[in-house]
Amino acid sequence: MEVTRRDFIKVTGAGAAAIALSQMGFGMGAAKAYAKELKTRGAIEVLTSCPYCSVICQYIAHVRNGKVVSTEGDADYPVSEGALCAKGAAMLSQINSDKRLLQPLYRAPNSDKWEVKDYGWMVKKVAMRIKDTRDKYFKEKNAAGQVVNRVDELFHMGSSQMTNEELSVTRQSVACLGIVNIDHQARVCHSSTVPALAECFGRGAMTNHYIDVKNTDCCLIIGSNAAEHYPMVFRWIMRAKEERGAKIIHVDPKFSRTSARADLHVPIRSGTDIAFVGGMIKYIIDNDKYFKDYVVNYTNAAFIVSDKFKFNDGLFTGYDAKKKLYDKSTWKFEFDANGIPKRDKTLQNPRCVFQLLKKHYSRYDIKKVSAVTGVPAEKINKVYELYTTTGKPDKAGTILYALGWTQHTVGVQYIRTGGIAQLLLGNIGIAGGGVNAMRGEPNVQGATDYAILYDKLPGYHPMPRADLPKLEDYNKKFTPISTDPESVNWWKNRPKYVVSLLKAWYGDAATRENDFRYDWLPKLDSATSWDAGDNSFMFHYDKMYKGGIKGGSIFGSNPAQSLPNTNKIRKAMGNLDWLFIADIFHNETTDFWHGPGMNPKDIKTEVFLFPSSHRVEKEGSVSNSGRWIMWHYQATKPRGDSRAMGQTMIDVMNEVKRLYKEKGGAFPGPIVNMDFYDRYDAELIAKKCNGYYVSGPKKGTQVSSFAEFADDGSTVSPCWVYAGSFTEQGNQMKNRDLTQNEREAKLGLFPKFSWCWPVNRRILYNRASVDLNGKPWDPSRAVIEWDGSKWIGDVPDGGAPPMSSGKGTHPFIMQTEGFGRLFGPGLVDGPFPEHYEPIETPVKKHLFSSQLNNPCAKVIQSDLDKIAAPADPRYPIVLTTYSLTEHWCSGSETRNTPPLLEAEPMLYVEMSEELAKEKGIKNGDGVIIESARGRVEAAAMVTMRITPFKIQGKTVHLIGMPFCFGWTTRGCGDSTNRLNVSAGDPNTTIPESKACLVNIRKADKVTELS
Amino acid sequence: MSKSFFIDVTRCTACRGCQVACKEWQGFQANKTTQLGWGSHQNPPDLNPRNYKIVRFKEHKIGDRVTWNFFSDQCRHCIEPPCKDAADGYMKGAVVIDESTGAVIYTDKAKKLPKEAFEQMRNDCPYDIPRRDDATGIINKCDMCYDRVKAGLIPMCAKVCITSAINFGDRDKMLEMAQKRLAVVKKEYPDAQLIDADDIRVVYLITDKPEYYHDYVLAQGPVGITRSAALAKLTAPLKRPFKNLLG
Repeated sequence: MEVTRRDFIKVTGAGAAAIALSQMGFGMGAAKAYAKELKTRGAIEVLTSCPYCSVICQYIAHVRNGKVVSTEGDADYPVSEGALCAKGAAMLSQINSDKRLLQPLYRAPNSDKWEVKDYGWMVKKVAMRIKDTRDKYFKEKNAAGQVVNRVDELFHMGSSQMTNEELSVTRQSVACLGIVNIDHQARVCHSSTVPALAECFGRGAMTNHYIDVKNTDCCLIIGSNAAEHYPMVFRWIMRAKEERGAKIIHVDPKFSRTSARADLHVPIRSGTDIAFVGGMIKYIIDNDKYFKDYVVNYTNAAFIVSDKFKFNDGLFTGYDAKKKLYDKSTWKFEFDANGIPKRDKTLQNPRCVFQLLKKHYSRYDIKKVSAVTGVPAEKINKVYELYTTTGKPDKAGTILYALGWTQHTVGVQYIRTGGIAQLLLGNIGIAGGGVNAMRGEPNVQGATDYAILYDKLPGYHPMPRADLPKLEDYNKKFTPISTDPESVNWWKNRPKYVVSLLKAWYGDAATRENDFRYDWLPKLDSATSWDAGDNSFMFHYDKMYKGGIKGGSIFGSNPAQSLPNTNKIRKAMGNLDWLFIADIFHNETTDFWHGPGMNPKDIKTEVFLFPSSHRVEKEGSVSNSGRWIMWHYQATKPRGDSRAMGQTMIDVMNEVKRLYKEKGGAFPGPIVNMDFYDRYDAELIAKKCNGYYVSGPKKGTQVSSFAEFADDGSTVSPCWVYAGSFTEQGNQMKNRDLTQNEREAKLGLFPKFSWCWPVNRRILYNRASVDLNGKPWDPSRAVIEWDGSKWIGDVPDGGAPPMSSGKGTHPFIMQTEGFGRLFGPGLVDGPFPEHYEPIETPVKKHLFSSQLNNPCAKVIQSDLDKIAAPADPRYPIVLTTYSLTEHWCSGSETRNTPPLLEAEPMLYVEMSEELAKEKGIKNGDGVIIESARGRVEAAAMVTMRITPFKIQGKTVHLIGMPFCFGWTTRGCGDSTNRLNVSAGDPNTTIPESKACLVNIRKADKVTELS
Repeated sequence: MSKSFFIDVTRCTACRGCQVACKEWQGFQANKTTQLGWGSHQNPPDLNPRNYKIVRFKEHKIGDRVTWNFFSDQCRHCIEPPCKDAADGYMKGAVVIDESTGAVIYTDKAKKLPKEAFEQMRNDCPYDIPRRDDATGIINKCDMCYDRVKAGLIPMCAKVCITSAINFGDRDKMLEMAQKRLAVVKKEYPDAQLIDADDIRVVYLITDKPEYYHDYVLAQGPVGITRSAALAKLTAPLKRPFKNLLG
């Protein structure tokens, strides 16, 4: 007699508060002497969301007398069906943790203690600090004399822990202040995903969604330990395995909980996946495993590339060694007189993309791939053989990846290799296919959409740069043109979205006559060399270290724990005059000034620490990795004197606004005119996030989709992709309808549950899942289908009729040409991925070219940024870092949740039995790990799950460490990232946290562990 | 209808949702744990008065093929529980079997059992389950979330399980599910087996040798021991040394 909530309780629109099951006639019956009363009896149930991974499991908070007394998975959430991993299961302990920050705290300059302060006092002080610093340093023009209207001495970080509504408020605030040093967790976790997937397919997001994994025939988990980091995805992987007989392949340096459930685990040396997947691209082409109709019609394989484009010994044409940048002018397609790309559908032209691709990867033979990656040839063959069986119309293969792919100096190109392989196999747009970026923090998808990033405006618009002084210049540069009638070229609409954004931020002050106040947006310097105009965290913390940043805000992030070369990050923070922090627990960032090796007396930084409410204590929406945007409700009042992060941001901004109105100051326009809010009212902000009309006959009406936005100032939208989330029909993010028709149910689409961007389309690029007549390649897995007059199934990605009608459009509507890109001319470091070694590598050369590292890699230079030489004998061991099920990211939340700390109490290093023997280390010993930059203590975990690699004939050891343990939790160890290198991918400056060089030895005594 | 669990270890990813959810529902405090001198993901290292459920991790290698086994360990709720027989010898009603579910419950009376009674109970348990908090004298173990089951809910560990490795329901349905799943799993793992399905209410499906999961996967000593036999054993030497209790 299993009884689920679903049978009895329908969540109402009125706040999802319902009476607990036990009050509805399911009580204890005749209580016996030994029977306990159900602890949720009489409690109110409120629907909320887990604050950890991007699955964003929904859970029920049971509330009694204003206190959460129990938490339990929500059986109505289709992705989790009531299940939870260890972290989700520990929610009660986290919410009620006695370590929660409950009072505003102030640390005076050079003081050794916190002082409790009044919230209003803190708000006033922070607003003054912001204004004083801004007024002192505001810069109208840069060194080149270009108008920039920005403040280089302020910074802002975070947070993917915010709701979409808080993010919208935050992005607007920092832009209006003129701050350009803006970043958040996405930079560290998945920044490389966005340009890589956008270059391949058009949008920088997970192509499918979590449930869809059940539709696959082969699941290639590479660069991810999915079972530990996105536990719920295994619910669907196991279904694919049991119900479809799908094969699960895990390619990753260590044997993990993921490998334990895989059919095949393939250990690979960290930093070499381009070689591995590049070899698969060669295998696909050599063995005719590609899906020819798909490749010819839907990818740019048939395009002809300029004959000036060349590739030689690891470099593409146009490389400028001084700037460490390419001149990309030769990376071009040829067009006919009508501006339509020239195509050779036979794929025989030696200048066509297909032939160039074939030639490029002809070097990636299995022998070389094996020597570089350390994977034995027979295992490589086995993976290629298994996975490429999905290149048939009736087969589907999915690639699931995460930080094991993103965090490299070649991270973007890692993901590109996956995209190219999937396009060749026809696995994009179909159910059970895709390149599925499992995003990290729960709401990092939203924080990316809302661009808490220096280089973007919300909705995936590039941040304006100093060489684009007018809106017209900006639109001209970033609005692509296609004269091909068969190409939708959706980005032609960019000016409508940008104007609607400016209207959303500056309100009535933005008019057509004043260019909608485009001049109020701060401008970055132009990216004229590898390090110019890069304001990502690695650059702005370097600037901070060198004394160039005076103050800033950190919301819901822990840079003093999670950024690479953490010793430097911690030192840099001591150079700040003031710091404005909002978080739910003390962590290594809030308390950096009395951390290891710090003397508070020497640290001048004034710290304002605002206690933040937990997600369960506020309402709003968050976006899961599959782009489902879901509303959660407020279960209780914020604990103590804590506030929603959005509330703190609004309070401080309104005080800054008041000061500028009363006293004037530098460039007050964008601040005093900002169209803002009095308080954090999630519904009100969400309405605006959807967008509405501000003039014309529909004034005051919500738009129903982004098709309604205009470039004349009649509409507002702070993030165009969210249009449709809150329409005249109400808040679509609250949708909880689980009904599906037969087709939808077969795939698990759940189109009436929550709402997803864009326009509730659940599987991106689904127009590529059908043939030219609009019939599904695989009718048993139909995502959409043309019934003769209309599309049925998922929301089609482009509504035009099938191509064979003569009125059709190419399926990749966000790409200028309309095709999936095998040849990607838009990235910084090359149109085809090429293997380069990590910045710290155990080899002096590799076998694909004489170009050892990514020629465009961004390597930060300072006295603390020491780099070990290639094959440095002092540091012969490869270190890779990772997360684990029981902790989340920097660990500041989970270390303060006792049952999780109990399960994973201390920093460990996983190492092979062979290396342990060599070093005289026993399981459980205290050990010291050192790199050129830092020293870390850990407990040895000697395991057969890690094995040495044979690399170019030489044995190379690899060790692995989690990065979630920090000193504010006594005795658990301290940041592993002290070992890591400040080197980044040239496209996004994501740090290379997955591969550096270290050495390891047994410790005589340990001080960080107890 | 009496209840049972079916635990399919071939589905377990060791996410430890069960271990933590159990602890949260019971409201137990965390134990202080460490990796120094331990070096294993299995934490806490053993069942203890504050963990009715732990996931055990064990790895082995044959050729170059590594196997990492996970075993979500808990009280098996024996149909004829030896711990009850042992306890009955000291005090009736300290251990009871709930009529409707079949759950083996340690009642408040169990607090009054002397330490030697506990030692006898643990010694007699074929799966080494009962634990005692020496500070309070409380003897405890999994109670099948009896409070939840009575209210029409399923035990917390089964509720949270991500991959449906842990299933809970009417005993006949669970046994049927177990048999069906065994038939499927046997195709890939011919040695797959259900453990002691007739005698206990927590039926595990395993594919590897029992000792590759945990020392007490198979019953150590007879299950379904009669009361008289249990009494007879009171004077018998202990069958194994006690482990140090945690917490």
